[in-house]
Amino acid sequence: MNHTPEAPAAASQPTAPAADSAVPKIQIRGLTKVFGDKVVLDGIDLDIQKGESMLVIGGSGSGKSVLLKCILGLLHPEAGSIKVDGEEVVGLYGDDLERIRRKFGMLFQNAALFDSLTVWENVAFGLVQGQRMARDRARGIAYEKLAAVGLGEDVGQLTPAELSGGMRKRVGLARAIATEPEIIFFDEPTTGLDPIMGDVIDRLIVDCVKQLGATGLSITHDMASARRISDRIAMLYKGKIIWVGPTAQIDVSGNPYVEQFINGRAEGPIQMEVRAL
Amino acid sequence: MPILQPIGRTFLVFLEATGRLSLFTIMSLSHCLRPPFYPRLVLRQMIEIGYYSLPVVGLTAIFTGMVLALQSYTGFARFSAESAIPNVVVVSITRELGPVLAGLMVAGRVGASMAAEIGTMRVTEQIDALDTLATNPFKYLIAPRLIAGLTMLPILVLIADIIGVFGGYIVSTQKLGFNPAAYLQNTWDFIEAQDVISGLVKAAVFGFLVTLMGCYHGYNSRGGAQGVGAATTNAVVSASILILSFNYFITELFFAR
Repeated sequence: MNHTPEAPAAASQPTAPAADSAVPKIQIRGLTKVFGDKVVLDGIDLDIQKGESMLVIGGSGSGKSVLLKCILGLLHPEAGSIKVDGEEVVGLYGDDLERIRRKFGMLFQNAALFDSLTVWENVAFGLVQGQRMARDRARGIAYEKLAAVGLGEDVGQLTPAELSGGMRKRVGLARAIATEPEIIFFDEPTTGLDPIMGDVIDRLIVDCVKQLGATGLSITHDMASARRISDRIAMLYKGKIIWVGPTAQIDVSGNPYVEQFINGRAEGPIQMEVRAL
Repeated sequence: MPILQPIGRTFLVFLEATGRLSLFTIMSLSHCLRPPFYPRLVLRQMIEIGYYSLPVVGLTAIFTGMVLALQSYTGFARFSAESAIPNVVVVSITRELGPVLAGLMVAGRVGASMAAEIGTMRVTEQIDALDTLATNPFKYLIAPRLIAGLTMLPILVLIADIIGVFGGYIVSTQKLGFNPAAYLQNTWDFIEAQDVISGLVKAAVFGFLVTLMGCYHGYNSRGGAQGVGAATTNAVVSASILILSFNYFITELFFAR
């Protein structure tokens, strides 16, 4: 709980906080997901240690979102294993799956706020519906979390349709942390925001994760954001993890795919499927 | 065999859709019966389906009753059977026109809006968000709508029955010269409990079908605005066809001798 305003700088520590011998918070082995003829995930192996902030980069359509949805049990993989705290998630359903999901919070790409509810009801949703907390108590916590992401009391009564993109992201973040989850997923947290708001959201993410002592898993293709919020980075290409390493070493990875991606060059081993007119 | 291929493919697609719909129905029903329940959401859907559909269903019923009296009169006058008009109106309204027309109107009003709302929630990841917040979308979104549809349509149809008979009464007494007291007496003497009950059973089935189709197509919509549009169309068309076909089977169940 010793977070400081300079928390983003702390995020670039090269090593994972947890020891290698400990049971990983999330352990993925041989994860395979197929849509029709297309193999989206092709035998993924990935360990995420407790308390670290892991980030997955990769081009559009490389299967980043599918990976998150498989871990959450929203999609069912064809093969492989996903263990959360050593407990197998693949094949779980009903109450067992809901019990595992209580460990997770998620910030969706477009926030995915419920537009039939007010902002505070959105933030309190996991407490009221998921944990059966009394509405009055949940409302107090919701306003606390809104304050934590820099939103005042007046915003709580608005509906999501009345919010700007940056405010929606903040509310989405407040909702993701409201239940104080052990693991938080961030799906392209800065997409669609201006660079300054992107930095604000990144700082909030780092602060919130550190404060909760949570484990983070993010996906993005925004490299500036990636450097700010992650301890370690994994790169996904054609359904496989082709590189994993500490964030500080991303510039000296020696991997031509990673170098092309982080420098944003059209020329290189990664060929975009663009057909000439 | 290039001719057989498309036939086989269509058949397989049909079987797959039937299987998916059956599984969806079983899942929805099982979640209707198991806690946690959401009484506030059920109440909100009841108001949406029952109360807000009253004007449109009432208007449909009154004009149907009126035109029924008028048409029967022109037909029956040819063989001096005008006195049968109260009987024809009450039996047609309670057995057939009340439930079928109310079902179709609710399919257009409620089925479409359900498919659009749930479909938009699907494509904007709100349904995934429900899952991640440890709330089952079947319990939170679908069960309240099915329960409300199942219970509110019979009440709507009962009201439509009364308004429809009243429509026939107005035309018969004001335009065709019937004695008001005799008309009502005739109606009351002729009507049987089974006429009304069969209509209400139909209404409950239609209410279930309309909300099921709205939820099913919305829940399975894909691919943005176009997908939501297609889901809305499919919900209304499939609900309407199911209403008309189930109408025949329920009628046969009640009245075939």
